[in-house]
Amino acid sequence: MEIKAGREPLLELRSLSKSFVEARTGKVLEVLSDVDLRIAPGTFTCLVGPSGCGKTTLLRIIAGLETATAGEVLLEGSPVTGPGPDRGLVFQEYALFPWRTVLKNVTFGPDVSGETRAGAIADARELLETMGLSTHEDLYPRELSGGMKQRVAIARTLAVKPKVLLMDEPFASLDAQARNAMQEFLVELWLRTGATIVFVTHSVDEAVFLGQEVLGLSRRPARIVQRFTCDLAYPRNRTDPGFTALRARILEYLKQELVDDHA
Amino acid sequence: MWVSSTKWKVISPIAAILLWQLLASAGLLGKTPSPWQAVEGIWFLIDTGLPPGYRLWGHAGASLARVLAGFAAACLVAVPIGVLMGWSKHLDAVLDPLVEAVRPVPPLAWLPFAVLWFGIGLVSSSFIIFLGVFFPVLLNTVSGVKSVDPRLPEAARTLGASEATILGRVLVPGASPSIITGIRIGMGIGWMTLVAAEMTGVKSGYGLGYMILTARDYARYDLVASGIIVIGLLGFAMDTCIRLVEKRLLRWR
Ligand SMILES: Nc1ncnc2c1ncn2[C@@H]1O[C@H](COP(=O)(O)OP(=O)(O)OP(=O)(O)O)[C@@H](O)[C@H]1O
Ligand SMILES: [Mg+2]
Repeated sequence: MEIKAGREPLLELRSLSKSFVEARTGKVLEVLSDVDLRIAPGTFTCLVGPSGCGKTTLLRIIAGLETATAGEVLLEGSPVTGPGPDRGLVFQEYALFPWRTVLKNVTFGPDVSGETRAGAIADARELLETMGLSTHEDLYPRELSGGMKQRVAIARTLAVKPKVLLMDEPFASLDAQARNAMQEFLVELWLRTGATIVFVTHSVDEAVFLGQEVLGLSRRPARIVQRFTCDLAYPRNRTDPGFTALRARILEYLKQELVDDHA
Repeated sequence: MWVSSTKWKVISPIAAILLWQLLASAGLLGKTPSPWQAVEGIWFLIDTGLPPGYRLWGHAGASLARVLAGFAAACLVAVPIGVLMGWSKHLDAVLDPLVEAVRPVPPLAWLPFAVLWFGIGLVSSSFIIFLGVFFPVLLNTVSGVKSVDPRLPEAARTLGASEATILGRVLVPGASPSIITGIRIGMGIGWMTLVAAEMTGVKSGYGLGYMILTARDYARYDLVASGIIVIGLLGFAMDTCIRLVEKRLLRWR
């Protein structure tokens, strides 16, 4: 099922497989099996799957932090060989540099790639402004709430202008209220910037709220077992009958795979 | 808050001095000087010096120069090596046995070689300090780097950082609390080894350890106590300096 016929994919995974060899036992753990995926530019794709099925591993391979056992990752047609600023990864646990202020976390990427200081700071301030963090630029990460930390992490990633934004359960450790606020914030950001987003979650509710497409992963080893198109208008309303119907449909279909999902 | 914590800090030294004076006044200490005699001894060292003409500032300055030279050299060598060992499992595996074999050797045991290699003077005494400071700084740096959250270098990599950049801008700041702890421990050990090193001989005639030894030869136990007090005060002052730097550098904590 193509996203849109005739459009070149920005990101393509070709029969990607991954297994880990456990250092202690020598046992082989198959985590991804034959994952095929095409992501068109400007789309918002959500991946849902049960805990431990290999979602993080999939994103880490795309980011270049892990190498696939078989298959390949192509970004604009060229194979990915290692980490780079063209693929931005937002970690679940923020991974901010605790010794850098909010502003300096955001300028880290431009700083290390030798961009001029003044330019980097001006761009970072603009980003922080859109994230509602202007008044916090001199704070250290420990002084921020979870939602703020995650917005800083997103801003830090956007500052290097990645072609695709990979997000690994970025809101999982937030409380329900902050989580909803961040989901709305992300939709707004995506509508405004037209970024390409691949978003991993184990919440079907979150996936239906965010994605144009929701891909269901199987239990380990993960495969993409079903694709759902969500053409509900943004911003979405959780009480909308279309929303609840789609959520129910995905839950129903993935029941045998997502036994431990409560969304 | 600050005032009250300062109050708490002076209680133990004052109590110790009072107890000391009490025991001395009661005549229980024999040849051991009273605190007052020790203070008078400090004045004697400032005014007359031991041997006469070799005054306190000369002794303190010579010891301080030796400690600082050895300490600075040890930090400059130990931190980069420690960062590399913490970063590379291979380098760690190769160097660790050597480190663990040399580390338990008391720095003073190297003194004959220090003199053989560098002669008597600043370099050989600083070399002894170097050995005392080097290992605590090295080991704390290694463990500090190893304990940096592995996602931080990963995040840096996805943001375009090179491996060299990650060493300097992620692992070093991430390990800095541990590095500074190592530096504080190292500074204390540096003073200990210095005084011992000076007791084995000094060419210039200056040095607090050397002065204490001279005082012993003259049975001037009051000046021995003065020397001990001065060393304690200098060590305390250095530690306070490092803590001030630490507070500034680690205000993100
Ligand atoms: N470096 C590794 N070495 C060995 N096994 C690993 C490694 N990384 C992940 N695994 C294993 O691979 C499986 C998939 O892990 P992964 O973190 O990708 O799952 P996930 O879907 O992101 O899980 P979660 O929902 O808990 O975030 C797990 O069983 C995990 O223990
Ligand atoms: Mg995960």
